[in-house]
Amino acid sequence: MTAALRTQTGALVEQVVRRFGDRVVLDHLDLVIDDDELVVLLGPSGCGKSTLLRLLAGLDKPDGGRIEVPAKRAIVFQGDRLLPWQRVLRNVTLGLHGADADQRARKALGEVNLAGREKAWPKELSGGEAQRVALARALVSEPELVLLDEPFAALDAITRLRMHDLVRDLRHRHHASMLLVTHDVDEAIALADRIVVMSNGRIGDAHTVRLSPAEREASVAREELRAALLSDLGLASQH
Amino acid sequence: MSDISLAAKRAALPFVPVTATPTGRLRDVFLPGDSRRQSRLGPLRRRLRWPLGVYTTPVAILIVWEILARAGILKPAYAPAPSDILTTTVELWRDGILGPDLAISLQRAGIGLAIGLAIGILAGVLGGFLRTGEYVFNGVAQILNTIPLLAVLPLFVVWFGIDELTKVLLIAFGAGVPMYLNLFAAIRGVDQRLIEMARTTGAGPWRIVTRVLAPGALPGFLVGLRFSLAYSILGLVAAETVNADEGLGFLITQAQTYLQTNKVFVGLVIYSILGLLADQFVRILEQVLLRWRPSYEAV
Repeated sequence: MTAALRTQTGALVEQVVRRFGDRVVLDHLDLVIDDDELVVLLGPSGCGKSTLLRLLAGLDKPDGGRIEVPAKRAIVFQGDRLLPWQRVLRNVTLGLHGADADQRARKALGEVNLAGREKAWPKELSGGEAQRVALARALVSEPELVLLDEPFAALDAITRLRMHDLVRDLRHRHHASMLLVTHDVDEAIALADRIVVMSNGRIGDAHTVRLSPAEREASVAREELRAALLSDLGLASQH
Repeated sequence: MSDISLAAKRAALPFVPVTATPTGRLRDVFLPGDSRRQSRLGPLRRRLRWPLGVYTTPVAILIVWEILARAGILKPAYAPAPSDILTTTVELWRDGILGPDLAISLQRAGIGLAIGLAIGILAGVLGGFLRTGEYVFNGVAQILNTIPLLAVLPLFVVWFGIDELTKVLLIAFGAGVPMYLNLFAAIRGVDQRLIEMARTTGAGPWRIVTRVLAPGALPGFLVGLRFSLAYSILGLVAAETVNADEGLGFLITQAQTYLQTNKVFVGLVIYSILGLLADQFVRILEQVLLRWRPSYEAV
């Protein structure tokens, strides 16, 4: 209850249950995302990360418990999910209304370094460019909660690093709570304010990350965090 | 030994430069230059090699036909020469027979097509977007789809008389059913993940219809249009061969009665040209409206 009072624009998940048939995917799960906080949800494939994200997005309903999220929220999916029959600009303005829609979309595209590509068709974009358009489409509505479902999983390692820089940069301009779902430990360390590890349908261990950008790249603290995360994931011997 | 002889054979081909290493393994070598010139001259070269495009086969058939007819292998009573058909067409036009017949046929096809498309599109949109619409229209459309045009013709004559109404309705029937079926399937076939995405951006129902469902269903709509145009011409043929006193079908029936095979062919040729024009029309629509689509471009 105190948590409910504390979070005004973040997200609140209380004792949420989600079942698929007999299989309990989310088992009385609790999670709080604070204002302006970037939480990374880490876990192996099939542990229910995306299920939780879809519940937060309102795309599915829980079988038990309570979820409270801001009405202004946006999602970046694993695939870019661009409309192939609309040019880049119209893809970004999809959810916008008003005379300044185009103007705002241009600004959002500029923020993801795609100024000048407004007239391109999605088929002409590279994988990284398409995912950046998807990012612009999510941020253009100035959401209070951004949900990212393994948004960079399909990109190559170099593009992924550039996207991490971009996300850090965008956080200075947009103040929103973020939940990023990933199975990539290095991605989690690169971006998170807090990393929560999911296991057996619940949030297991949580790690608050207070590292500078340089420390996130290489430092003793980083290696310790990485080792701790791998051990949480049951991969302790491999680091 | 056999490997080396194979390499020598392949190296003789102009476009596949192949060298054989001393060990005898085949290697492909790709060099710049030719490809760029080819892409710039590509359309021109294609023009020169296939100057008639899709009309190549029809023209080839016409030429062979003409030769066979002139050589006397094809009797004029069976199949007159294309040049003979052309002369007959010009004569019929000059005599003022063909012009009015063609006009009345086009008018019937146009009105029938308009009614058929209007009903097909309306029902397709309702059926595609609304569950209620599906329950109302889909069963009927599936039943109608298996009923041949020619089989309902006698019924239509009984119900709607022997006047224009029967002919127009028959064409509308032919055009409406394929449009409904294709449009329904196209709307239901739009990627669910894109609709889900659109909902999460805050787009309302109208936005989702106009920006996601309608453009997503466009390829299927054009397939439907292609079938509708073709079936409206088929409906025209069926309608006009029964109890008509003007129109292309009447021309054919009359010519058949008097064994004027060349006039029968004039009618058939005009029907086929209408079909060809309909196809070209949809093809242009596809080129303009489906530019976004990453499709296979044949080599």
